[in-house]
Amino acid sequence: MNYSLLQVELLVALLGLGVLLADLWLPPRHRRALGLAAAAGLMLVFIVGIRGAVDTYAGAAEYAFGAPKARTGMYVLDNLAVFFKQFFLLAGILVLLMSVEYSDRIGSGVSEFFALVIFALLGMLFAASANDLVLLFASLELVTITFVVLNSYQRGRAASIEAGVKYLIMGALASAFMVFGIALVFGSANTTNFSEIHAAQKQLAGNPVFLVGLAMLLGGLLFKIAAVPFQMWAPDVYQGSPAPATAFLAVGSKAAGIVLLLRVLFGAVPQITAQWSHLLVWIAALTILYGSLCAIPQRSLKRLMGYSSIANAGYLLLGFASLRAEGVNGVLYYLAGYLFTVLAAFAVVCVVLRHTDSDDLSALAGLGQRSPLLAGALALAMASLAGIPPLAGFLGKFLLLKSIVPNGAYDPGYYCLLGVAVFGVVVSLYYYFGVIRAVYWGGQASDLSPIATSWPVRIALAVCIAGIFWLGLFPDNLLSLTGPAAGVFGKLATPASWPANAH
Amino acid sequence: MTLLNTLILVPFLTALLVVLVPGNYRFVIRCIALLGTAIAAVLGTVLFFKFVPGGAGFQFESSYQWADAGGLRLAFHTGVDGISAGMLLVSAVVGFAAVAVSWEIERQAKLYYILLLSIIGGALGAFASLDLFYLYFFNEIALVPTFIMIGVWGRGDDRNYAAFKITLYLTLGAMVGLVGLIALYTRSGADSLDIVKLQQAIAAKPLAPGLQDFVFFCLVIGFGTLVGLFPFHSWAPQGYACAPTATAMLHAGILKKVGLLALLRVALPMLPGAVSRWGWVLAVLCVGNLLYCGFVAMRQRDLNLLIGNSSLAHMGFAFLGLATVNVIGVTGTVLVMVSHALLAALSFALSGWLRRQTGTIEIGQMGGLLARMPFIGTVLIACFLAGCGVPGFANFAGELTVMFGAWHGLPAVVVVAAWSGLVIGGVYMLRSIRDILHGAPREELREARDAVSWWRRLPFAVLVLGLIYFGIFPNTLANRIRPAAAEVVRLAKNTGPAPTAKAATATPAPAK
Repeated sequence: MNYSLLQVELLVALLGLGVLLADLWLPPRHRRALGLAAAAGLMLVFIVGIRGAVDTYAGAAEYAFGAPKARTGMYVLDNLAVFFKQFFLLAGILVLLMSVEYSDRIGSGVSEFFALVIFALLGMLFAASANDLVLLFASLELVTITFVVLNSYQRGRAASIEAGVKYLIMGALASAFMVFGIALVFGSANTTNFSEIHAAQKQLAGNPVFLVGLAMLLGGLLFKIAAVPFQMWAPDVYQGSPAPATAFLAVGSKAAGIVLLLRVLFGAVPQITAQWSHLLVWIAALTILYGSLCAIPQRSLKRLMGYSSIANAGYLLLGFASLRAEGVNGVLYYLAGYLFTVLAAFAVVCVVLRHTDSDDLSALAGLGQRSPLLAGALALAMASLAGIPPLAGFLGKFLLLKSIVPNGAYDPGYYCLLGVAVFGVVVSLYYYFGVIRAVYWGGQASDLSPIATSWPVRIALAVCIAGIFWLGLFPDNLLSLTGPAAGVFGKLATPASWPANAH
Repeated sequence: MTLLNTLILVPFLTALLVVLVPGNYRFVIRCIALLGTAIAAVLGTVLFFKFVPGGAGFQFESSYQWADAGGLRLAFHTGVDGISAGMLLVSAVVGFAAVAVSWEIERQAKLYYILLLSIIGGALGAFASLDLFYLYFFNEIALVPTFIMIGVWGRGDDRNYAAFKITLYLTLGAMVGLVGLIALYTRSGADSLDIVKLQQAIAAKPLAPGLQDFVFFCLVIGFGTLVGLFPFHSWAPQGYACAPTATAMLHAGILKKVGLLALLRVALPMLPGAVSRWGWVLAVLCVGNLLYCGFVAMRQRDLNLLIGNSSLAHMGFAFLGLATVNVIGVTGTVLVMVSHALLAALSFALSGWLRRQTGTIEIGQMGGLLARMPFIGTVLIACFLAGCGVPGFANFAGELTVMFGAWHGLPAVVVVAAWSGLVIGGVYMLRSIRDILHGAPREELREARDAVSWWRRLPFAVLVLGLIYFGIFPNTLANRIRPAAAEVVRLAKNTGPAPTAKAATATPAPAK
């Protein structure tokens, strides 16, 4: 088989092992340098590996681990996979830079922390290419198990241990559901390959065992993206985990769930998904409502981001509910904006935590005077999350809303969903702008000494701010990537009750 | 690059330049901001006088393909017609005046000027955009700066509440409007939000009546909220009362009119059926602005709240002009937009000066100030007389034109209500002139100073001269507006053969 298809994953795996090994010989004072070197290594993979991968598949999908001619391999390299691989690598680089800043709070085992981030990244990279339930499960487990360790990394803090244990138990439950679902799917479809399930979906649509299996599988994936009713873990885990781990959880793990949902819902069983459009509408609406309303009273910035991540999962599900390629396109665009936005916010949290030892909103008081850079970055991130132009979040929300409006003509439920989404945006403005208030004029700051920022953080923030503005002002560049990536599923199926020319 | 695009870019480039200056060089930052907005004001003036009156189409037009991938097609399409020409001029001028009156800002000046310049740039961009996406986009740029400015440099104890209230109201309005725009985008068949393309698509195939009604109400409620349409207006007086002077000037003067522009660009010309069925709603609600907000203004003892409510009452005239759906009325609406931009900015600049000098904003605690500050006092008298609609000021031209239009198109009860709105305005404006300026000079106000240097007087002079200029030569504006207004009205009356629409036009105003 063609190993060059897997070159990105192989390089990242080698890098992770290299970081582990380097820890054996490096004196402790070089730990920060090791993190920076790992980030540089990922940067190299980003440049070289992605280019190589793009050259390998040249537009049409290429498969690995399967019959060579059958185009049904377990691993697929197509536009969508490459889009997400770039996404995950970029997130990994920024998270590593953040971890370097955070390393003195992690305490012991700093290099292992870097290595675990890279292994979680490896799981995400495989998830981007999963074309089989087995690879789906294996890659998700790699992500979940590394995150259990990452979340509980600050052994001295009870909150961190609590986060790890909660994630472990809830994650194990979700995995159990998922693997049971996979068993039922395999039992009824006699295959675990998405391409083969796709070919057989007409017969499978009437098979209750298959549908139950599929629903359980969905439950496991919805857990990953923290959608209602599988959202309970998110606020606690976000609050307790070390800030870089939370950031990676918010961006990487959620995106891994999204790409797998896309592969299953639109790659494997698009016709069944179309019949389940009401379910998607309900989940999206409830997720937006739950996340937005529960975020209002929060005082801890990390916990607030946990609820915000639930609300954002709801907005991402709008794109799924639209049952359109434009919706998928919106999901990808929104995720890209979310990457820069959330990582900017967490980079600021990392620095603030180092200086004030608290992630309470009151700890942000006076940040506007203490560090205009951090204050500006946090304010921009919040405004982008709230969906204010000219920032990335606005275009993402615009594309997602635009994708569901036309469906209202066939199903009034979509107008209700639209109303919920608009309501959620207005509510979210209240808590996001509450953070901006805390930064610029909320409360009395006891300490107004300037906060110095190290250059890795400055680089991370500069990249994030540039990304937020770039995606908001010049959408064409990213749209030319997301368009083909969203196009891999072809024309999506619509519910039987809609007119045939609905798209 | 056209003159128009340069005009939009100047404030943003100035803001970028300010970003690069270290924060403690306050004087340099202020000079850069003043220079940038002065250039913008000159460009705006040149643009206005280079605009050739008489033509119906757009001038200074340019279009750049901005995105055409992944199902999103956007063109950065800008241009000027009679409706936006005047607004671009006054936006640039008010922007300069707002920077000029900001000399009192000392804390975090760098952030202040960056935010102020982005609001100005956003306003100019919104008026110049011929793609509705960018109209919305530029309008929303002001949201975060407004919020931060009210919070950090705002006045009064309520500013926290006011900052959230103004932000939430404006977002709710904007989002509802956006839903209407997206419905137009996806359902009109134009697959674009470009005004020209949308109009072509709608001319080829009018929208279904149900869709028209849906979009019409989204726009009236959404963009109406941005303008302060009764009963979605309560954010405005409070927000302005707590905002720093420059923010209140820009918001009340300029940004509010973006909502009216959206209604003029979309609601009237693209939804003729809905206008004929539901136009009376606007006529009813504008009476709320004229009378209710007028009465509320009458009871205010706080000068800022009085100005805020009176500015809502003036917006009633703008809505009244829209509701007439005839050329005179729509021309009047645009005249009111332009003249009120100058008036509102001038009023808030004056109240900012008075507050700075007297330390209070309660009308009852002022008195006899004309003797202490002859220049400011004179400008205040001029400003409030303009607010009552005295001939010789631009507002007279606008309000009179709207009344003529209303006489033709609307039932007498609405016209009488509008007329009583003018009387109410006269009452509170004249009363506050008496309370603030006349009477014996108060002992505790002896520290109050007039604007002495020409530099301090410049922003007031520019604004008041603008009011007088357009009051004496309203035709410089009206000649530019009329062809564009005629085009809007032609499209708005183009209801086509739908029988329901005809039945509705017969009884357009069940206002009682």
